[in-house]
Amino acid sequence: MTNTWQDIKNANVVVVMGGNAAEAHPCGFKWVIEAKIENGAKLVVVDPRFTRTASVADYYAPIRPGTDIAFLNGVIRYLLEKDAIQHEYVRAYTNAGLIVKEGYGFQDGLFSGYDEEKHTYDKSSWDYELDEQGFAKSDDTWQDPRCVMNLLKQHVSRYTPEMVSRICGTPQDKFLHVCELFASTSAPDKAMTSLFALGWTQHSVGSQNIRTMAMVQLLLGNIGVAGGGMNALRGHSNIQGLTDVGLLSNLMPGYMNLPKDSETSLDEYMKTKLFKPLRPGQTSYWQNYRKFFVSFQKAMFGDAATQENNWAYDWLPKLDIPLYDIIKAFEMMNNGQMTGYICQGFNPLQAFPDRGRSRRGLSKLKFLVTMDPLDTETSRFWQDFGPQNPAKSAEIQTEVFQLPTTCFAEENGSLVNSARWLQWHWKAADGPGEAKSDIWIMTGIYHRLRELYRKEGGAFPDPLLNITWKYTNPTDPDPEELAKEMNGRALADLTDPATNTVATKAGTLLDGFAQLRDDGTTASGCWIFSGCFTEKGNQMARRDATDPREQGIAPNWAWAWPANRRILYNRASADPDGKPWNPAKPVISWNGTRWVGVDVPDYGPTVKPSDGVGPFIMNAEGMGRLFARDQMVDGPFPEHYEPLESPVENVLHPKVSSNPMARVFADDRKTFGDAKSFPYVATTYRLTEHFHFWTKHALINAILQPEEFVEIGEALAKEKGIAQGGWVKVSSNRGEVVCKAYVTKRIKPLTVDGKPTHVVGVPIHWGFTGQARKGYGANTLTPAVGDANTQTPEFKAFLVNVEKTTAPVAA
Amino acid sequence: MALTRREFIKFTGLGLAASSLGMLGFGAAGEAQAAAVRPFKLTHATETRNTCTYCSVACGLLIYSMGDRAKNARSNIIHIEGDPDHPVNRGTLCPKGAALLDVVHAPTRLQSPRYREPGGTDFKEVSWDFALDRIARLMKDDRDKNFIAKNAAGTTVNRWTSVGMLAASASSSETAYLTWKVVRSLGMVVFDNQARV
Repeated sequence: MTNTWQDIKNANVVVVMGGNAAEAHPCGFKWVIEAKIENGAKLVVVDPRFTRTASVADYYAPIRPGTDIAFLNGVIRYLLEKDAIQHEYVRAYTNAGLIVKEGYGFQDGLFSGYDEEKHTYDKSSWDYELDEQGFAKSDDTWQDPRCVMNLLKQHVSRYTPEMVSRICGTPQDKFLHVCELFASTSAPDKAMTSLFALGWTQHSVGSQNIRTMAMVQLLLGNIGVAGGGMNALRGHSNIQGLTDVGLLSNLMPGYMNLPKDSETSLDEYMKTKLFKPLRPGQTSYWQNYRKFFVSFQKAMFGDAATQENNWAYDWLPKLDIPLYDIIKAFEMMNNGQMTGYICQGFNPLQAFPDRGRSRRGLSKLKFLVTMDPLDTETSRFWQDFGPQNPAKSAEIQTEVFQLPTTCFAEENGSLVNSARWLQWHWKAADGPGEAKSDIWIMTGIYHRLRELYRKEGGAFPDPLLNITWKYTNPTDPDPEELAKEMNGRALADLTDPATNTVATKAGTLLDGFAQLRDDGTTASGCWIFSGCFTEKGNQMARRDATDPREQGIAPNWAWAWPANRRILYNRASADPDGKPWNPAKPVISWNGTRWVGVDVPDYGPTVKPSDGVGPFIMNAEGMGRLFARDQMVDGPFPEHYEPLESPVENVLHPKVSSNPMARVFADDRKTFGDAKSFPYVATTYRLTEHFHFWTKHALINAILQPEEFVEIGEALAKEKGIAQGGWVKVSSNRGEVVCKAYVTKRIKPLTVDGKPTHVVGVPIHWGFTGQARKGYGANTLTPAVGDANTQTPEFKAFLVNVEKTTAPVAA
Repeated sequence: MALTRREFIKFTGLGLAASSLGMLGFGAAGEAQAAAVRPFKLTHATETRNTCTYCSVACGLLIYSMGDRAKNARSNIIHIEGDPDHPVNRGTLCPKGAALLDVVHAPTRLQSPRYREPGGTDFKEVSWDFALDRIARLMKDDRDKNFIAKNAAGTTVNRWTSVGMLAASASSSETAYLTWKVVRSLGMVVFDNQARV
C-alpha cells in the first residue's frame, strides 16, 4: 500500500477492482464504510461476481475475468478524450512530456524489439530520447508527436466503449458510469483510492493490471495524496516483510538484486545500478545502492567482507536465468533436476497450480522437509487419501521430514503489514509438545552443516563458514538481536563531514539509512528497515495511537519503512509551489524553510520547491511513469492479452492473443484446454470464513464452511439441469473436482464478443487434512501459467466444464 | 470515576457476581444463581499483545493465557480478542481472526518431529537430533555433488540449484532474515515465498 488502512476514510471515490476487501480483509474494509459514512465517498466495485463488497457499493459493474486492462485502458481513453485529468499534476509530476525514442513502436499486439524465435524483447527502444548531457528530452506543451502523452493517446485509442464492452462483457452504460465516477476525482482536492489484491495479481498480465490503474491514478493526480494511492491489500500477515527482506529467488534484502552470471565482478554488477538522474537536479535515490549493498555484505559476513575481496561479492550465488520461481522449481522436480525441497510454513500442494504436476514433482525428490505448526497436505503428498489425493505410497521413494513449529502466539518478532508498518508482537505461551521456532530449526540445520564442513570439507564452504553469528545464544538467536542486525550499526566512529566531528560512535545502532556508507564502516542487514530499532529502543513496539487531526496517519504507532513514512510519494500531495492540493487534508507542505506536516516527507526535508526536484525520488527522472521504459518485461504500455485459456480470441490482434512474455513451459502448454471442451470461464476465490488452507484446521471455521463447492449462476444451472446443492463434476484439461453446486444470483452470464459467457467461481479452501470435509482443491483445475513479470500463477481466469453428476458413494 | 480500559474489565468482571444480577431484579433464586457465577476469568489471565497471523491488515490482538510465567507454570492460551487500542482494527476481528483460538489449539497442531522413509506408508515419531542430523547429511551430500562453483564460461557463480526452499510469509521478519542468511550462504537460488500466490 502507498497509504495506510485508516487513510482510506479520506477518499472521495473508493474503487475495489481485483479484490474483495469486505470478505478477504474485513477489518480493513471498515475504513471504506467510514469513507462512505463520514466523507460521502462513492464505492465502485468491478468484479465478475456480485461479492459482499459489491453488495455495499454505490455502483457495481460486472467484468469477465482476465480483461481488466481492456477496461482500464478504456478508462484512460475516456479521461484523455474528456480532458478529465489533473493537468498541473500530470505536467509537473509525470513523464507525459518526455520524448520517446524513434525506434519505439507497437503493432499487432507486439511492441518493438520482439524476437519471434526466442520469445523475448530487445527493450532498447523502450526509452527516452536523450540530449547531449544524457538527460531525457522533454516537451512540456505535449505538442511533440513522440512525447509520452501522445503515444499513450495513440495506444489507448483502440479501447473505445464499444471495444471495452465487446472484450469485457461489461455493458457500455455501466462502463461509462464508472469512468464518470473516476473522472470526478481529477479535481485537485478530490481523491480516489484503488484497493486490489489477488484478483489483479493472479493473471498472466498481473503486473500490468496494476500498472494500468497506477497510470489512471497518476492522470487523476491521486498518488501521494490523502485518500488516494495504489493500495495492494496483501494476503499473508508478513508477505510484505518476506518481500522486503528478499526471500525470493532473485532478490536481496531491501529490493537489491542478486547478482547475475553476466555481472562477473562487483564493478560490473554496479554498472547497471548507477541510477544516473535522467532529468537535471533529480534525486534518483537509488544512486546510494552501493552504500546499501556494502553495508549488507558487512552485516552478512562481518570482518570477512573487505575492500580487498570486493566485500565478498563472489560469496553471493549468481543467477544464470532471471529467476528460479516455484513454477520453475516444480518443472525442475518433474525433470529430475532436484534432490530436495524445504517447505517452511508453505503448503505448495494446495497453493500452486496444477496439483497433479506438483504431486508428481514431489514424488521425484529424494527428500522433502516441511516446517509447519499444522499437518499440511504437502507433508502427506505420498499418502493415499482416495480421489482427493491418489498416491501409491510404496512407489514413492521420497524421504519426508515433518517438523513441528511454533505459531504467532508462541514467539516474539515483527511482521510488516500491508501499509508497511513493522509491528512487534510478543509470545503468550510455549508451543505444543516438542514444537520449536523456525529460528531454532534453521539454526540447528545451519550448525550441523557448518560442523560437517569443518570436519569433512566439501564444496566451497567459505560463505557458510563466514556468515556472522554473534548472537548471545547462538543456538536460538533472540529476535531482538536479529532486528538490530537488520537496522544496522556503525562499525567505526562516523564523522559528520559538515562539522568534522564524530556524529555516531562505533557500535551504536543507526538512526536511519542516510547514515549508511560504502567503505565498510556501517553494517545493515536490510537498509529499508534502518531506523526500526535504534539506540532509543525498539521503534516497532511503539503503541502511541495519537493521530494528528485524525487523518489516519498515527505516526507513533509501531514504525513504517522507509524512515517511518506513512504515505509514499507524499511530496505529490502538494502543488509545485508546495501548497497542498487539498487544503482540508494536507499531508506535507512547504513553510518557506522546510517541509512540515503530519507525515515524514518523502523528499529532502529542506529541498525548496523552486529547485524543481520531482516527487518520485526513487525514479531517475523524478517523475511518475506513464511510459514504463524497460521496467516491465511485456511492454512500456499495458496491452490487453487474453488469458492463456480463454473462451474467445483476442479481437484486437488474434495472432498475438495471449501475453507473449507469460511464464509457460512447453510441457504445461500441452495441458491447456480449449473452449470447445471447456466452455466456461472459471475464477478462484476466497471465502470470508476461511484463510487459505489453515482455517480448515480450526473447528469454528470448519463448521462455518465445511465442504468444497463451486458457485454457478442461475442461468447456467438451468441450462445444465443443476439443482441448488446438487452434485457436479467440474473439469479442466488437468483434472476434475466433484463437489456440490451453489447456485446464486451473484454470477450472471456476460455477453462477450456477442456470445453469452458463463463464469464459474471456485473457492480454494479444501484439502485432505484438518477438520473440514475432504476436498480436491481448486488447484486441481488451474493451469501452470505465470505472470510475465512476477510469475504469479493465473488462478483467476481459466477454462472448465461443469456437468451434473450424482453424489459419490461413501467409502 | 476515571477507569482505564483494563481496570474497567476488572471492575465489571468482579462486580458481576455481587451486584449486577441483583440490580436487574432477580429474587432469592437469582441471588443464589448469581453467587454461583464464576468471577470473570480474564481478570486473572495474563494479557499479551500480538498481531493476527492471517491477512495483512495485521489487526492488533490481546491474547489471554493462564499461568503467571513462573518457571514451572506452563502458560495456556484461553482467549484471543481484538485490541481496542489498535488504530486499524479498533478491537474488531473478522470470522477468521475471531476463531484464532481454534487454530492455536487445533487437534492437527504438530507435536513432535516425524519421519517417513522411502516407500513408507506412515510417519513415525523421531527425535529432533535424528531429523536435523539426517537433513544436514542429505543437504551436504547433494551440495557437494551438485554445487556449481563456475559456469561454462569460467565465471565464479557459486550456486546450488538441486535443493530449494520455500519460506513462510507468516513468519516474522527476524525469522526471514536468519533464513536468508543460511539459505544464501549455501548458494541456494531455488528460493521463494508466498508473494507469488
